[in-house]
Amino acid sequence: MLWILQRASAVVLAFCVMVHLGSIIYAVQGGLTAAEILGRTRGNAGWLAFYCVFVLAVSVHAPIGLRTVFIEWLRWRGRSRDVVLLLFSGVLAWTGMRAVLAVFA
Amino acid sequence: MKRESSYWAAIVHRVSGIALALFLPLHFWALSTALEMDAFLEWTRQPLVKLGEWAIVVALAAHLAGGLRVLALEFLPWHDRQRTLAATAAGLAVAVGLAFALAL
Repeated sequence: MLWILQRASAVVLAFCVMVHLGSIIYAVQGGLTAAEILGRTRGNAGWLAFYCVFVLAVSVHAPIGLRTVFIEWLRWRGRSRDVVLLLFSGVLAWTGMRAVLAVFA
Repeated sequence: MKRESSYWAAIVHRVSGIALALFLPLHFWALSTALEMDAFLEWTRQPLVKLGEWAIVVALAAHLAGGLRVLALEFLPWHDRQRTLAATAAGLAVAVGLAFALAL
């Protein structure tokens, strides 16, 4: 189940990251100002939807990836590991959605 | 050699993934609180912060490329192309790193 979730989220993220990298390289040219960024992003429903999907996919993908690292490199087993990872997933989703709303809503 | 390129591709994929997982909460925090303040963006103009930005963009590109490599190995009949896939992944990460450095 986690294996499938990790691959499915990876496919979504592969698309999101390509778009994100492209927009980063486009946006940083000539320097960044808050007004310039928000002028482009505020009220843009398409980008709002895109980044909501991006944040949710990463909230699934990052904890599952860390789980493998915890198991293989730290030998961390048992419930405490999965509780920490679930909390991490929640933190990513919560802070990520807050960021998306601050920038796009 | 074939085994070695796969080994390094896996290590880069893992280390870049850990770096991104650590960076993301800070990134989200900065976006939700600091965008109103140009002082934060001013802070990001320091050379060391720029170097850090560059490193995290390269980590993102490397993790993307490494992930596409894994998906290709698992879902496409390309098991015999380990070295080619590892080299392609490295090339993609370098290309994005260069493009971002030139745009900065």
